[in-house]
This record gives sequence, C-alpha cells and structure tokens, in this order.
Amino acid sequence: MEIVLIVICGLLTSIGVYLILSKSLIRIIIGTALLTHAANLFLLTMGGLKTGNVPIFEKDVTNYVDPIPQALILTAIVISFAVTAFFLVLAFRSYKELGTDNVERMKGVPQDDDE
Amino acid sequence: MSWLHIAVILPLIFALLIPVLYRFYKRVHLGWFVLPIPVVLFAYFLTYLQPTISGHYEIASAKWMPQIGMNFDIYIDGLGLLFSLLITGIGSLVVLYSISYLSRSEQLGNFYCYLLMFMSAMLGVVLSDNLLVLYLFWELTSFSSFLLISFWRHKDKSLYGAMKSMIITVFGGLSLLGGFILLFIASETWSIREIISHINEIQSSPFFLLAMIFIILGAMTKSAQFPFYIWLPDAMEAPTPVSAYLHSATMVKAGIYLIARFTPIFAISQGWIWAVTLFGLITLFWGSLNATKQQDLKGILAFSTVSQLGMIMSMLGIGAVSYHFNGAQNQFYIAAYSAAIFHLINHATFKGALFMITGAVDHATGTRDIKKLGGLMTIMPISFTLAIVTSLSMAGVPPFNGFLSKEQFLEAMIEVTSANIFSLNTVGLLLPIIAVIGSIFTFVYSFKFISEIFLGRHQPEALPHKAHEASLLMNISPIILSTLVIAIGLFPSLVSGPLVEPAVKSIANVDSVTAKFHLWHGFTPAFMATLIIYAVGAILLLTHKKWVGILKAMPQWLTFNHWYNQAGRYSPFYATQLTRTYMTGFSRNNIVIIFGTLILITAITLISAPFTFDFKHVSPIRPYEFISVITIIIAAVMIIFARSRLFSIIMLSAVGYSMAIFFIFFNAPDLALTQFVVETITTALFLLCFYHLPNMSRYNETPKFKIVNAMISIGVGLVVTILGLIAYGNRHFVSISEFYKKHVYDLAEGKNMVNVILVDFRGTDTLFESAVLGIAGMAIYTLIKLRAKHKNGYERVENSEQTEK
Repeated sequence: MEIVLIVICGLLTSIGVYLILSKSLIRIIIGTALLTHAANLFLLTMGGLKTGNVPIFEKDVTNYVDPIPQALILTAIVISFAVTAFFLVLAFRSYKELGTDNVERMKGVPQDDDE
Repeated sequence: MSWLHIAVILPLIFALLIPVLYRFYKRVHLGWFVLPIPVVLFAYFLTYLQPTISGHYEIASAKWMPQIGMNFDIYIDGLGLLFSLLITGIGSLVVLYSISYLSRSEQLGNFYCYLLMFMSAMLGVVLSDNLLVLYLFWELTSFSSFLLISFWRHKDKSLYGAMKSMIITVFGGLSLLGGFILLFIASETWSIREIISHINEIQSSPFFLLAMIFIILGAMTKSAQFPFYIWLPDAMEAPTPVSAYLHSATMVKAGIYLIARFTPIFAISQGWIWAVTLFGLITLFWGSLNATKQQDLKGILAFSTVSQLGMIMSMLGIGAVSYHFNGAQNQFYIAAYSAAIFHLINHATFKGALFMITGAVDHATGTRDIKKLGGLMTIMPISFTLAIVTSLSMAGVPPFNGFLSKEQFLEAMIEVTSANIFSLNTVGLLLPIIAVIGSIFTFVYSFKFISEIFLGRHQPEALPHKAHEASLLMNISPIILSTLVIAIGLFPSLVSGPLVEPAVKSIANVDSVTAKFHLWHGFTPAFMATLIIYAVGAILLLTHKKWVGILKAMPQWLTFNHWYNQAGRYSPFYATQLTRTYMTGFSRNNIVIIFGTLILITAITLISAPFTFDFKHVSPIRPYEFISVITIIIAAVMIIFARSRLFSIIMLSAVGYSMAIFFIFFNAPDLALTQFVVETITTALFLLCFYHLPNMSRYNETPKFKIVNAMISIGVGLVVTILGLIAYGNRHFVSISEFYKKHVYDLAEGKNMVNVILVDFRGTDTLFESAVLGIAGMAIYTLIKLRAKHKNGYERVENSEQTEK
C-alpha cells in the first residue's frame, strides 16, 4: 500500500508543479493546493501505515497507529488552508486591479512616474 | 604605545582637528597650521639616523587584535627610516608649496585632511612590521590618493582619473592581501622579521610561488609598472602639490618599498629576479618612449615617473642576484641595491622639484600645453634655472645627482650579464640594450621639457594669463630640492653613508655595505654607454619633429588605456545581458530554475551515492482503499485537461475528499474531520472567488512551453517518488511516538493522542498555527477593505467581468 501511496504522492506533485508552471493565476493556485495534498499524504505514508488502532487511549490496547504524523498533518492542513484562502483573495484583488490573470503580463510596477 | 606609534598616527590625529581650524581660523592659510606636523616628524625621524647608521634598529609593539596576531608593530631600520625621511621631508616642502599654490577660495579643509591622512598611511606602510597592519595602511594610501586625485570633483576628468587609480591600486591591494595570507599560512606569523627568520620553511612551502606572484602584482600596480602604469598619467588631474608628493615621491614608491622589503624572502627564486628586472626595464623603456610624445607638461612628468620607477625596480631585481653569490662577487651585485636606493632619493628630489616648477609655470601662464608655452627664459629666470638643474639631473648629465645613479644603473645592467646563473649571461644581454634605449629617450624628453617651456619663441597671445615670475613662497620648495640635487651630485657621501648604506643593509642582509659614488670613474663600459646615450639622444632631439609623428600615429587599439576603457564599457554591458537571460521578471522562470536545480541535485546525488530499496514493512492493499486510489488519480489527471474552472474546482475537491477518505482508512479520525471541513470551506471560497475571476485561459501556451513544463513536473514527481521509496525502505530508529502512546493518559490526562500532542506535548506549534490563521484573516480583510488611492497611472478594472465561453 505504501508504494502505491508514494507513487500517488509523486503524481500529485508533478501535476501540482505542472499547474504552477502555467500562466494562469487560477491554475497556479490549484497547483499549490494539489502540492499541499501531496505533502500531507507523504507525511502520513512515511509515518507508516501498519494497521493499528485509532490513536485514542484505551486500557487494554497497545497497538496504535503513529499519532505524531497526524498531529503534524493537522497543523499543516490548517496553515495551508490559511495560505490558500489568502492566495485566493489576493488573486481576486489583483485581477480586479490589473485586469488580467495572466502571470506573464504582470510585469513591472504600474507607476505614475513613467516619463 | 610608544613615541614611534604616536609619530605614525600624529598626522591622522591632526587631520581630525582640521575641520575645527578651518572653520574658526579663516584669516590664516590653513597650510601654516599643517606645516609643523611634517617638520616635527622629520626632525623626530632624524634622531634615529645615528642609531641606524651604527646598525641598531628600533622595535615598538602595541596590541591591536592579538587573537588573530594583528599587532601594531613598528620596526624602524635603514629602509624604513629612509622612506620615513622622504615622506616627512618632501611632505614638509609640499605643504609649504601648497600654501602658495592653493588659494584660500579652495576647499582647504578637505585638502589638508586628505593629505595628512595620506601621510599617516604612508608612514604606516613603511614602518609596519605586521603584514595585516601594513595592508591596512596600504589601502588607506589608495583611498586617500583617490580623494586627493578627485579634489576638484566638479571636473569629469578628475573623477575618471580617481576612479581608474582606485580600481587598479585596489586590485593590486587585494592581490597583495592574498599574498600576505599565503605567507602567513606558510610561516604562521604575520611579522615580517619573523618570516625572514623562518625563511627556509617558506621557501620549501607550496605557496611560495603563488605568494610571490601576488606580492609582485601588488607592488607593480602601486608603483605604476608595465602594464599597470595607465592610472598614473590620469592621476595628473590632481592639484600639482598632490602630484609632486604622491605621484612622484612617495606613494608610487610604496611598491618599490614592498619589493625591497620582501627581497630577503623571495630573492632565492629565479622568477623573482627575472620578473622584477624585466618588468622594470620594459616600464623604463615604454615610459620614456611615451613621455617624448606628450603635449601636457604633467603628462611628460607622469610618464617620466613611470620610467624612473621602472629603472629603480630593475635595479632591485638585479640586486637580488647577490643572494646567489658569496664574497666579493656578492658585493658586486649589492652595488645595484645601492644604486637603486640612491636613485630613489635622487628621483624624489628632482621629480618633486620638476612638478613644483610645472605648477609654478601653470600658475603663471594658465596653461600646461607645450604648444602654447615657450620663450619663458627671460620672464621666469628662477624657474628656468631650477628646471635646468633638475631636468639635467633627470637626463643623467654631470655634475648632478641623476648622473651618478644613472652610471651605477648602467654599470649594474652591464655587470649582470656576466653572472652565469638563470641564463643571465645569454638572454640577459637584452637587459643593457633595453636600458640604454630607455635612457636615450629619457635624455630626449628631459631636454624637451626645458626647451619647450623656456626656449623658443614666446607666444603671449596664446597664454590665458600674462606670464610672470612665480612668487618667492612658491619657489622656496623647488629651490631647496634643487640645492639638494646639486649638493648630492657634488658630494654623494652626504647621503651614501647615512642613508643608502643602512637601507641596503636591510635589503641585502649582509653585515657590511659600502656605497661609493664617483663623478669620474674612468673609461668603464658604463661610461661608454653614457656617451652613446648622449650622442644618440642629441641626434634624436634634433630630429624630434620627424619621428614623433610616427609615435603619435600609434593606433588606439594598441594602447592599454583603450583596453581598460573597453573593459569598463563592456563588462557592465555583458553583466546586464547575462542577468537579463535569467532575470526575465516572470515568476515561472524562477520556478523553472528552482525545480531544475532540485532535479539536477537529486540526480547527481543518486548517481554518486549508492542506495537500496527495501520493502519489508509494506502493508497489504485492501480492496476498498483501491477505489480511493483510482478516484484520486482520475481527479488529479482531469485537472490538467479541465477547460472550465468549475470542472477543475470540482476535481480539486474530489482529490481533497479522497484524501479525507484515506485518513479514515488509515485510522486518523481527527484528520478526516478537519480535511472534510477545510475542503468544504476551500471549495466554497474557490467558487466564491471564481465568480469574479475570468475563465481559465491557457494564454496560447505553445507546445514547446507545455513540453518543458511537463518534463520538469515529471522530473519533480520522480524525485519525490524515488526519494520517498528510498526513505521508506531505510529506517534506522524506532519512532519516539512510543512515549506519547504510553503516557498520554497518566501524564496528560487525555485519551485522544493527536489532540494531546497538539495542545499539551507540542502546544507551541498550535499557538503559532492559530497565529498564522489570524494573520491570514487580517490580511484578507485588509486586502478587501483597504484600497490604494489611484492618482493617474492605471485604471481600475470595474467592468471587465469574465467572458464566458
């Protein structure tokens, strides 16, 4: 199972990178979201998927799955959510201000001292 | 601290007082306040004359940064004392001269401040025993020289000259630092005296040759040797007292000092002898040749300085031959050192005076152009007399001091061809030939200097001012120097005993040196060579107009100046071109570079380091997991090909929800919960924003663009996959989570391990994660609410809503 998941991580990463390299702002943001998923899945996989119990303490159970990667992923999900939300609003605002979402056209500063 | 330390930094301390004096004592020329400093220092250094003659030397040490061995060590021996006397002596005369040369309307405060800074720096260079301190003062001379050359900073040429001298001398300075560091590595001490006493270790060190090259480079740039002489003629834009002081008598001799100081270390090498001698001679020849075609008086003097420095340098090179012989033969070559030191003194006297005379002529007529000058003999009789004395000394005519040193120089050049080492007796035959040719041109330009100013027809209409004799004050310094020229010429023992012999002793490392100079020494080969020089020189002088045209016709691209300027013009140009190739302003470019590097580094690492895959601990695939896997793959691939934004966002959510399902499968309930919630909100946000965003466009992505992107993304995906597989199969330690599993209830009073880790064991992470969320919220609020007020630049896009296809 781990091998399959690692390959999926690789797939998600390459799709994310491909989207990030494109010219449209929206596709770039979707690409970052995919990269986040890839990273989270990677964390989970590397923690080991050996079947065990849900990490909630019970007296006579000793076999749990690893709780640490889960805590790390939880933190990562929240942070990436914050960043994605910010990016989205930033993209929205920049489209409103600049009139384009083509990254190649976002060059230089629109300035009033352009003599 | 000792008196010697104070003597070195006294000018620097006084430079701090200059602004105060300049501001509050306007009525007296600032130079009068400055004058006592070099005079007192000169007198102070004279008291060291007696001990030095009897072979003593003084050492004074002060701690500066003892941890790295940087101590302010002063070491005064014959060589250091000679230079100190030159610096303070000529310094006094220059300050005296500058009082009459610079009017009170100039920025005198700046001028004397820089000049005193320079004086301190120069004293530091010649008296330091510590290499680091020596380097420090060395750079200080470069900087203060830069400031002095650009004294009239409203002139473009001054700035150009200052910049040029700065670039070249600092280039040399840095290479010098490299040489010093190599010497330190080889000898483990920064002290020159200790380095000389550990000479064998250094000479067998692998850094010997490299250190030698670096130090020669440093000395050559400072002393304006071929091909680094190009800064000196441009430095003539400085006020004339500066030219007289820095660019004839002191700073340009710092390189000579350096070569002399390091001779005991490097003289053993054949490369040292050949490099110093040959470059000196080429400089002598090239400088004197170019001096004959100059139009500007200071230009003549600049090239003359270059050539004379080359002459001194070549004698230092020949003197190094003495290290390879013993006894009488040794003394034979040491004579070259005596000649070098003697000429050093002579050059300082006559060249200082010549610059001052040029300044006086410039002051009196308003021009330095030799085409406009002429026939000033009767109008400026004192300057004329002084010019005759000093120019003839420069040309090497008896009975002036230049003749004595020139005879010695020729003698050394002829004698060295009989040394049967380092092919000096075969290829070395070139040396006297170049020396004689160089001397012929020296003879020509020296006479030209007199005849162009003072002889010929007077052209009052061409001159900006009406010519008149210079003031007495202005003439005092050149008179003193010219007197010295005659006095040393007639009685060379005045300087040979007290100054030359101790200085030679410290270069040559022998106990007894006798330096004797005679006006008449019989029909030696050197005397014959002198006669040839006079004869050919006279012929060339008479036919001057015929051949100087050929010299002037030398094409531009053959000069070093041309190449220097081209380098200055094209290196920024090519640097810009180069930067433009990768700094295009598009973020995609940077991302390509970053990911490309990632792929490259990983590939190199994997190729060079062996690695293994190991899948012992792999868990089995359960059938229902397989469904999720398929979903995630299909959804992710569809995003690439999605044309509408709604489709792509739904596919993205499909990926997100599949992730949540994975979390359920792998026993992570908290994660699954959060993932579901977050994915829902994100999707909602996307949908909300997308209403206002344009439809997804590919913006005419070309196939090439797509292929490059695809290659890079596949590469990154492979990197992640391969590294993941390797990392998974090579675990070495048990996880620390055993601790959490065991103690989650008895230590933290909680049953949910993930939550306990988040808020108890590792609560700080959670605190700052909340902070991130808060900051993002505030940032979003700010982005939406606060808007810049547009003045006139770009228009706001109000109505360009998306155009649905």
